[in-house]
Amino acid sequence: MADLRTSLASLALPNPVLTASGCAAAGRELGQFFDVAALGGVVTKSIMLRPRSGRPTPRMAETPSGMLNSIGLQGPGIDAFLAHDLPWLRQQGARAVVSIAGGSTDEYVALAKRLYNHPVDLIEVNISCPNVESRGQVFACDPLAASRVISAVRRAAHPNTPVFAKLSPDVTDIGQIARAVADAGADGISLINTLLGMVIDTETLQPALGGVTGGLSGPAIRPVAVRCVWQVHRAVPHLPLLGMGGILTGKDALQFLLAGASAVSVGTAVFHDPTAPIRILAELEAELDRCGFASVADAVGFAHREPGTAPGSSRASGPGPSGPGASKSGASKSGASKPGIDPEEISA
Amino acid sequence: MTTTEAGPVQEVGEIFDVTRFGGYTQFTVVAPGVARSFQPGQFVAVAVGGPHTSMLLRRSFALYGVKPGTEFAGTIQFVVAPHGRGTEWLIRQPVGTKLDLVGPLGVPFAIPRRPVPAVLVGGGYGSAPLLPLAERLIALGSDLRMILGAATADRLFGQLAAKRLVGAVTITTDDGSAGQRGRVTDPLPAAIEQLGAQVVYACGPMPMLRAVGAVAEAHGVRAQVAVEESMACGIGVCMTCVLPVRGEDGVSRFVRSCVEGPVFDAGRVRWADVGTLPPDLFGADGMGH
Repeated sequence: MADLRTSLASLALPNPVLTASGCAAAGRELGQFFDVAALGGVVTKSIMLRPRSGRPTPRMAETPSGMLNSIGLQGPGIDAFLAHDLPWLRQQGARAVVSIAGGSTDEYVALAKRLYNHPVDLIEVNISCPNVESRGQVFACDPLAASRVISAVRRAAHPNTPVFAKLSPDVTDIGQIARAVADAGADGISLINTLLGMVIDTETLQPALGGVTGGLSGPAIRPVAVRCVWQVHRAVPHLPLLGMGGILTGKDALQFLLAGASAVSVGTAVFHDPTAPIRILAELEAELDRCGFASVADAVGFAHREPGTAPGSSRASGPGPSGPGASKSGASKSGASKPGIDPEEISA
Repeated sequence: MTTTEAGPVQEVGEIFDVTRFGGYTQFTVVAPGVARSFQPGQFVAVAVGGPHTSMLLRRSFALYGVKPGTEFAGTIQFVVAPHGRGTEWLIRQPVGTKLDLVGPLGVPFAIPRRPVPAVLVGGGYGSAPLLPLAERLIALGSDLRMILGAATADRLFGQLAAKRLVGAVTITTDDGSAGQRGRVTDPLPAAIEQLGAQVVYACGPMPMLRAVGAVAEAHGVRAQVAVEESMACGIGVCMTCVLPVRGEDGVSRFVRSCVEGPVFDAGRVRWADVGTLPPDLFGADGMGH
């Protein structure tokens, strides 16, 4: 059995599967279906300073292998979150990754300060928000604005709490944004947020969503997400990555580890299957075993290595596995039969 | 109000029977876990499209015909009308198909402690959740009337079952193809008055629920309505199925119709504001950017 332990900067996790922000509320609803403490962590819906009503309905449209959402960060605000949601997560023994969002650098800083004395395992900074001080330019699309927010949050947050920047894929060069937030002091990077999309209702001849545009998520965006993780791992190889985007199975999760993620978040899959995170964790463990990886750490970034490297054999410290997976990958010349690089199922 | 404390479960149920009624398809599914703690008004969220589906969102259906099961495994019933690819896939599934189910979900109809006269109003297949509700109310000793309406005769559902249960059932159709021509709200005032009804229960399309709520309010009686709002998850995490609802504290909020509904007091739903962001809604002032 592969060692599932992993880490996101200074935060040690028992396994690499977490929920994704906005797809698990603050964990309580999913707690009806499984023990949220059994996951690597629960990433909360993005919290803002003040209560937010969110946008008018319709807020959702199903798309091929995905969905478009335009919720508008509906939430109770940081005070209610600290009073009701965070204590619940702690009671369950879950690791709490708190996602924060704001409209200005000052708001992000205020949120980080409010979290300072609370038991938060990691802060994920959702910078895919419009910057009110820059005519609504999204922080995550501007290296300077992104780095300002991250460096300010890093300084304001508790020094022992890792700060991760969550990146948007809607940029020309995601590696450039990654280097900017790395230079600003990010302890790691979460990626990807949703892609901006739109559906027009051909009956009403109007945009299908109340908010006009929305965020596209689900398996439809998985190849984009894997590409982004790959590029960001190359751009900032020293930073741990939390990868996400359309993960529906353990095989999907494995792709993200191979591309360079140290852990993964399961998002839209939860809407389809409330127990998806637990199932994906079990499937990922089986995939690691099948491929001959002795640990999650051995799989992280493995696809960047020279073809033909046996899983686990590159680490001087650990004894390389001699299972069928290891020998197969060593012997195989064609990528298609190589473990972990199964051809993508086009229908999924 | 009576509730059992058991929460929803996720289970794989097998289709036991498929029956067509006019434009509807009724499924009977072996699902003992969902059946166990069911209360009238609750729904089930069904995954559609099979194991490699490209349709990620569950489809939600009101439950009825629930048999918790003794020597046989418990069964549930729900009724499906073709609305799009997901429901079209579902109605093609034969007996024996395995369905991934999550339920029972949502807040059930509030049941009075003592028998009170009640009118039950169903639009289209909105009559489905009213059938187990009628059973429950009759068991309490309540006097009931039912009004079932639809656009056309083939869009009516459950008339026979309703007549067997309640006896006094009024049928309306928009085109007069069954029962009296008109809307369910046409016979509603007389039904409330003749019965001395203290509560109206309703399920159906939003404009009908709004109209039923207005009639009930005009008669000074409470209306409990089950909304049909599109949902992505059904379990309260996605925040897509919200409605503007006035709380007991007088503050209006966007609330999730899957977990805080689908049953609401009609007088608390801000029907005219559905699909908008009213400026006085809790947190609307936080949307400034």
